[in-house]
Amino acid sequence: MTAAPLLQVEGLTTLFRTGRGEVAAVEDVSFALAAGEVLGIVGESGSGKSVTALSVMGLLPEPPARIGAGRIRFEGRDLLAMPARERRALRGAAMGMVFQEPMTSLNPVFTVGDQIVETIRTHDRLPLSAARDRAVATLARVGIPSPARRMQDYPHQLSGGMRQRVMIAIALACAPRLLLADEPTTALDVTIQAQLLDLMRDLQTERGMGIVLITHNMGVIAEFADRVLVMYAGRVAEEAPVEALFDAPRHPYTVGLIGATPTLEGTGGALVTIPGTLPRLGDGLPGCGFAPRCLRATAACRAAPPPMVEVAPGHRVACLHWDRPTPGEARAPRVPA
Amino acid sequence: MAAYALRRLLQSIPLLLLVSLIAFGLMKLVPGDPAMVMGGPNATADEIDAIRRNLGLDRPFWVQLGAFYWNLAQGDLGRSLLLGQPVGAAIVERLPATISIALYSMGLTLVFGLSIGIVAALRHNTIVDQAAMVIALLGVSLPNFWVGLVLIVLFSVQLGWLPTGGYVAFGDDPVGWLRSATLPAVSLALLQIGLLARITRSAMLEVLRQDYIRTARAKGLSEWKVVGKHAFANVRIPVVTVIGLIFSVLLSGSVIVETVFSVPGMGALLGNAILRRDYPLIQGGLLFVAAALMLINLLVDILYAWCDPRVRIGGDAR
Ligand SMILES: Nc1ncnc2c1ncn2[C@@H]1O[C@H](COP(=O)(O)OP(=O)(O)OP(=O)(O)O)[C@@H](O)[C@H]1O
Ligand code: SF4
Ligand SMILES: [Mg+2]
Repeated sequence: MTAAPLLQVEGLTTLFRTGRGEVAAVEDVSFALAAGEVLGIVGESGSGKSVTALSVMGLLPEPPARIGAGRIRFEGRDLLAMPARERRALRGAAMGMVFQEPMTSLNPVFTVGDQIVETIRTHDRLPLSAARDRAVATLARVGIPSPARRMQDYPHQLSGGMRQRVMIAIALACAPRLLLADEPTTALDVTIQAQLLDLMRDLQTERGMGIVLITHNMGVIAEFADRVLVMYAGRVAEEAPVEALFDAPRHPYTVGLIGATPTLEGTGGALVTIPGTLPRLGDGLPGCGFAPRCLRATAACRAAPPPMVEVAPGHRVACLHWDRPTPGEARAPRVPA
Repeated sequence: MAAYALRRLLQSIPLLLLVSLIAFGLMKLVPGDPAMVMGGPNATADEIDAIRRNLGLDRPFWVQLGAFYWNLAQGDLGRSLLLGQPVGAAIVERLPATISIALYSMGLTLVFGLSIGIVAALRHNTIVDQAAMVIALLGVSLPNFWVGLVLIVLFSVQLGWLPTGGYVAFGDDPVGWLRSATLPAVSLALLQIGLLARITRSAMLEVLRQDYIRTARAKGLSEWKVVGKHAFANVRIPVVTVIGLIFSVLLSGSVIVETVFSVPGMGALLGNAILRRDYPLIQGGLLFVAAALMLINLLVDILYAWCDPRVRIGGDAR
């Protein structure tokens, strides 16, 4: 690893101003992504996955959000120290993002064509006709039938799956080197999910982009990710290459996640099957956030946040008792999918 | 789009018929003998007879109704008792003053209402936002005749910049028109600026929270494009409806302001007609105002459809 990684996040802490003061939605999160690599981020709802991705893109509204600490480097350049104008030039061009909400992410009063062409013309000073051609080609590439006609459609004339394809086309129109995909398929039905994930994988091999793929779904992770970041309550619980994660999960939360996934191919296996719930933001547990739900928890766990330990090359765990699995915890109670 | 406009136009015909019936019925609703009411307490029997014949009140009901519509179809609204002039001509004569002042204050309302509302939303929860909303609240709470009087004292009496009243037609002297129309337009506009600013601000705040605004930023668009194009195009939709209402109010709110500034407009004309019980003029005015409001509504609906493709192009997700 001599060249700078595509994306490097170090000690990221993102705070939100709320009625109860400033609380951290993401705390001390670090990870790196190489060009051409797919990093999966998993964790249950509210664990800070979207906030992490939006922090990288610089899309959180400030206020109430604020980056409290950390550094985000893209191709070696410090995004947080960069003038707003330079950072904006990267957005939509070098780094694209696909959101969780396909139904509401397109502007209802502009045509699909207008919304893609606009991105292209913002970053590459092309004549209108050339930008249109590229937009049509991109729509065709993401699998939209009769793309030239669809250019004139408004979002409300398209189905959810089609809208998400348009979002992917917008994100890809300027050939980004980094794609942040925040649960791009969660809101869609199962067959469409599979189609879109196949599409993303094809595009990834074709273009060699680095992808951060956020999902709830361990099956998707097993199939698409090279490396996995498991998040819990705004912190990294475990990070590992995908095989290591499934073969030898070290964090009790990861163990639960995998135990709760019936099959790797299946699309079921939501994360809600581990007993208990996420602590509320700012509840200020002094120790490990997972302690209330953890079968291994000891007094030491509740005293201070567990440090990150490297248990194998590229495999990091934030757990005091990573090497002391409790019998029975891998058989986390299952809820039929 | 044209078909949509035509359909809406046809839909307004029944309503117009209803209003004309009400206008006709007005004469029947006058307590006692309308001719006597109009003649006043000192009128002789001959004078009252003349009024009765003039209005056709001596003829049977159905004949009166038929004659009313027959004349209406020919654009004949009858003759004003007071002015001794055809009602249509009287209205046409007074119209330019009222409409030009209403358009002027509409312009002021749009420019200031929209910009104050947008700036307040963009500076949400800052001192700028609070100041803008205090100004808007003042605009809403001050009665326009009082504002008119204060403006006259300030700009006409004290500073001597603008005339205290009267009206100069635009065609005769554009600068004179501007001088004579400014104070009435401003005093009419103040309330509406306050209203529009508040509505624009809340619409803008709502739109800025939407996912597609985040998408626009994710595409790397400048803040100007995000707000000026993506947000504004959606803010327009609720605002257009309000603008129609505001214009109706500006047209009808002119009664008091025209009196304060002695502008010879529709408001003053109809106000007088009502005070003096000039029924043909009231009838004509009612018909005219109803038609104007319907036209405004029609324009608003068309604008609305033009702003929102979900209305213009029906059809759900395929
Ligand atoms: N604008 C905001 N103001 C206050 N708190 C926020 C805001 N946005 C997110 N949060 C908080 O940050 C935490 C992390 O949210 P985030 O959206 O990153 O979760 P997530 O892992 O993406 O969940 P999901 O799987 O439901 O998308 C949540 O507790 C959420 O309440
Ligand atoms: S640190 Fe303790 S409480 Fe936290 S996960 Fe590990 S064993 Fe459980
Ligand atoms: Mg999320």
